[in-house]
Amino acid sequence: MLSVKNIKFQYDAQNSFYIPDISLKAGEQLLILGRSGSGKTTILNILGGLLKPNAGEVKLGNTMINELSGAKLDKFRGKHIGIVFQKPHILAPLTVEENLRLANFFVGAKGERNLELLKELGIYEKRKSKVTTLSEGEAQRVSIARALANHPQLILADEPTASLDDENASIVVKLLQEQAQKFNAALIIVTHDQRVKDHISNHIIMGGLS
Amino acid sequence: MNMLKLSWKYLVAKPLNTGLNILLLALGLAIITVLILIQDQFENKMTKDAEGIDLVVGAKGSPLQLILSSVYHIDYPTGNIDMEEAQSLSRNRLVKNIIPLGMGDNYQGYRIVGTNHDYLELYKAEIENGEVWRKPFDVVLGAVVAEKLNLKVGDSFIGSHGIGSSSHEHDEHPYKITGILAKSSNVLDNLILTSIESVWYSHDEGHDHDKFEADVTTSGFPPADEDREVTSLLLQYRNPMAAVQLPRFINSRTSMQAASPSFEISRLFELLGVGVKLIQGLAFAIIVIAGLGIFIALFNSLKERKYDLAVMRTLGASSFQLFVHIVLEGIILTFLGALIGIAIGHLFLAVLVMQNEQGAISGLSAAVFLREELYIIGYAIAVGFMASLIPAWTAYQTDIAKQLTKS
Repeated sequence: MLSVKNIKFQYDAQNSFYIPDISLKAGEQLLILGRSGSGKTTILNILGGLLKPNAGEVKLGNTMINELSGAKLDKFRGKHIGIVFQKPHILAPLTVEENLRLANFFVGAKGERNLELLKELGIYEKRKSKVTTLSEGEAQRVSIARALANHPQLILADEPTASLDDENASIVVKLLQEQAQKFNAALIIVTHDQRVKDHISNHIIMGGLS
Repeated sequence: MNMLKLSWKYLVAKPLNTGLNILLLALGLAIITVLILIQDQFENKMTKDAEGIDLVVGAKGSPLQLILSSVYHIDYPTGNIDMEEAQSLSRNRLVKNIIPLGMGDNYQGYRIVGTNHDYLELYKAEIENGEVWRKPFDVVLGAVVAEKLNLKVGDSFIGSHGIGSSSHEHDEHPYKITGILAKSSNVLDNLILTSIESVWYSHDEGHDHDKFEADVTTSGFPPADEDREVTSLLLQYRNPMAAVQLPRFINSRTSMQAASPSFEISRLFELLGVGVKLIQGLAFAIIVIAGLGIFIALFNSLKERKYDLAVMRTLGASSFQLFVHIVLEGIILTFLGALIGIAIGHLFLAVLVMQNEQGAISGLSAAVFLREELYIIGYAIAVGFMASLIPAWTAYQTDIAKQLTKS
């Protein structure tokens, strides 16, 4: 379902990245391990359509992401790709539930599963709270819920566990895996965090391990 | 969730900033609102009061003062004129109609004006209660006078000499109220009307009971029993030629002066215009500062919000939606500012009117809404749009990947 081929990308003439070809079926999971500066976030940005590669193709389902642009790309991303960042980045003026509804609004989805999702991630009680009243672990779960709010085919997670303790880190990874399986979505986690390796066997390593 | 709600949430998240910007804009727009309201009603009222009066003739002096005293009853008369000379003018073939006025007394600050029934006809005044005056010392009250002084038909009162409210009383001749006028929203509302004879007799020494029982003149000049004076004449032209010849004739060939209400009033507005312009300039300066304030607030908040904007993009928001998001914030701010500004303007005028029961302002109303106030809202929205244009453009161009990888 996801196939990445012959990607070439460079920020400037000195820094070019080696980006491996990736092929994932629906429901499959992949861990990309690498130390800082190895270009793993760049891969994620290219996969999510946040950066345009200089050459090569990124195909999700039947859509060539690298050929989309403008509002079309934004809508496609909103609808089919859920992105979880290292920091939760919950929109502070909105409540937890409104953060999910905003994601629904931008792609015109109804969001029937929002409350169920919040329940499954254990933050249903906090749905009317502002992000400032949440703990780090709760906030990260909200950002996962938001990434999943539109039922994406591909879930991208950039260092989702970096700022969490062992217990929360393992909870977050498990939740991501569970939800990905439930939606039959492809899951890619990019991290330098060795703890995640225990959970996902399918992994590639970029630029050697630190 | 929609764009409007999203922008609103971001505004509410910063209540102090938002409140300050709204208040500043509201202040500027309130000043404009008050100016518009006063100007419109003043001009309306002034034109209405002078309708049907082509020329005012009175004693020599300031023509503006003559108009203000004889048409609007807000300034002191320039003096009196000899009635014989005035009567000779009424025989002029250029004059269609002439209404004499005799002034000099007041009751509790409301002017007692001696005239004839033509004066009532000039303003198409209607009697609400009782009837018009027939005998000397019969008076008819304007609606506001009757209401404020709580007087009824059949009551009597003693006038005071002079036009202000603190002068000595004519204790010998009480006035009797025979009628009360219906409210007409013109100058008659604040006047006490009577016959010329009443004004004469109240200043005479001694009593002559035969005279007091005789009917008063209802049209034209009353017959003079001795050397009599009137204060001024309201005059209507017979033909357009009169407008050219009559004022020149009166000003050069008689001891009286003639003044045209329309000319003097436009001169007055010209004089007031300088002050109005000054206040308008101040209001515009405040509005510009408010616009700048909104611009700076949006621009500054953008720095902290670049991350939020990038996150919205990853959630599926297009660049254009982010543009709209920021513009909406500016427009919501200024729209609220306009509503509050207009409300403050009306409130301010209401207080102003309440504190001035007599005089020029008392006839104004704060409960009038003008088409111009809709323009104020439109204008405010334009300010909001312009103030948010640059921040919105910056939001439009946010590079998501760069923003998200920054921290």
